Amino acid sequence: MFGALRGYGTRTASVVVIGAALLIALPWIAVATGDAALTSLATRMMIYGLAAVSLDLVLGIGGMISFGHAAYFGLGSYVVGILAFHASSGDPLFGGLPGTNLVIIAWPAAVIVSAAVALVLGALCLRTEGVSFIMITLAFAQVLYFFFVSLTIYGGDDGLLLHGRNVIAGYDLRNPILFYYVCFGLLAAFVVICRRLVDSPFGQIIQGARQNERRMAAIGVSTYRYKLVCFTIGGAAAGLAGALMANYARFVSPDLMHWTESGQLMVMVILGGVGTLFGPVLGAALIVGLEATLTSLTEHWKFVLGPILILAVLFTRGGLFGLLTGQTRAPNK
Amino acid sequence: MDSLPGRPVPPTSDLATSLLCVRSLSKRFGGLLATDSLDLDVWPGELHALIGPNGAGKTTALAQIAGELAPTAGAIHFGGVEISKTSVPWRVRRGLARTFQITQLLPEFTAEANVAVAVQVHRGHSFRFWADVHRDRTLRQPARACLEQVGLGSRAAALAGELSYGEQRQLELAVALATKPRLLMLDEPLAGLGPAEAGEMIGLLKTLKGRIAILLVEHDMDAVFGLADRITVLTNGRRMAVGSPDEIRSNAEVRTAYLGEE
Repeated sequence: MFGALRGYGTRTASVVVIGAALLIALPWIAVATGDAALTSLATRMMIYGLAAVSLDLVLGIGGMISFGHAAYFGLGSYVVGILAFHASSGDPLFGGLPGTNLVIIAWPAAVIVSAAVALVLGALCLRTEGVSFIMITLAFAQVLYFFFVSLTIYGGDDGLLLHGRNVIAGYDLRNPILFYYVCFGLLAAFVVICRRLVDSPFGQIIQGARQNERRMAAIGVSTYRYKLVCFTIGGAAAGLAGALMANYARFVSPDLMHWTESGQLMVMVILGGVGTLFGPVLGAALIVGLEATLTSLTEHWKFVLGPILILAVLFTRGGLFGLLTGQTRAPNK
Repeated sequence: MDSLPGRPVPPTSDLATSLLCVRSLSKRFGGLLATDSLDLDVWPGELHALIGPNGAGKTTALAQIAGELAPTAGAIHFGGVEISKTSVPWRVRRGLARTFQITQLLPEFTAEANVAVAVQVHRGHSFRFWADVHRDRTLRQPARACLEQVGLGSRAAALAGELSYGEQRQLELAVALATKPRLLMLDEPLAGLGPAEAGEMIGLLKTLKGRIAILLVEHDMDAVFGLADRITVLTNGRRMAVGSPDEIRSNAEVRTAYLGEE
């Protein structure tokens, strides 16, 4: 677990440890202060945090500017939603498969479906680079968006309501504190996995590909398959975040995979610190927090968000995480 | 053997004795014939210089041998195998390394990490997700040895992007050596170096000479004539002459066309 902090200075390690401790203590602080909504808000922050970290792995570590990441987020939530829909209606799926409310089936299914789609779309998109890559990832995500808009059996445009949350080992995730810790555990595990990946032989190749493709060819490696695996891991984790989101909101809709959602994930990564892996969690917390507090004041909350984003890009090197720690990017020493 | 119609096929002995055997290589860019039925042989262990005036097509020829540019026609044999249809990484893995005229490094990695990635790639596939490369002495030690070899041992922990220009050129060489090449192609390794740095680089090339075959593209004629075993002179994409430094120096055609003498 602490291997995730290897290579960081004391200041950075302190920020990460304090942040993790705060997240662990948060539900009890919420109980003590009687502010139950705080736990729910922090759960939402961590779910978006997981999605943002998964994008950071692709964008910040692998250098692939994917503008369609919300597609995998939305797919993961639809897998959970559709399985739950069939569980309550009793109709089998694809004429044979029963629906389910079980975490142990629905969540891995969400991860596998998202990963499979990321593998296929990534294989096509990674044949391009630069602006073409950005545009083609965006285009595929919009195709998926319109596919679900037209899927009237699952609510189409209006989305799909879930009757309850999934069930894990007999416990209903409707318990907010249990659901909170499940989200925290998955987020923490994924960040640790990403830190290990960065230091691994695989991580060296994808980071090299980000910095200089020509150099990587000249040492004898074709980076395509490595980038594709990285893209697929990012899509899989975004699918898991989507599965959490479906449980959190008990509602899934095509809006989750709209291109503005992909843009929002990018904003979280940039605001938090590209390539820092921890930073996007901060970025997600800030955006979700701002959205929650500002929307109660004005519906034009993005009017406030814009200037904040501009200031962050202009005056912080390495986003919020860089501001707090003085550290940009994950270390490679 | 794949060659232009009507052109003589080289005697098989060339193929047998040459490490690199280029025959009738042509590259056309629209109306420009940048490489015009070029023949080039590099023998095992020799330091072979490729010289010619600006625009003679030296870098274009190098790019085709390295695999970055597809030739319009002609054949390239490396170690007896026809390679002109293969990818850059494929050629590198079989021992054909190069350095670039404009340095190509991983600027956010340390000097040591730049070399260690090359060692790692040379070892096999990198679909290993859980090992920590920073603790892998079997990567670090060969990387350190390559850095020491080019005189960069003391700069191992510096970021490649923060090295001086001369140090970056040395690092390019260290990275190329880490791929364990049989033929090392150097594209103007002395360009942009000060006299002291150039002296160091020439000293370094002398230590490599004889151990690895080297194809050297360079404008510094003193260095070329001091280092090379054989020289190929290129003009307008064609081979004008090939021979020992003495033969080239006394070749009247080369003297008027290129060496700038009456």
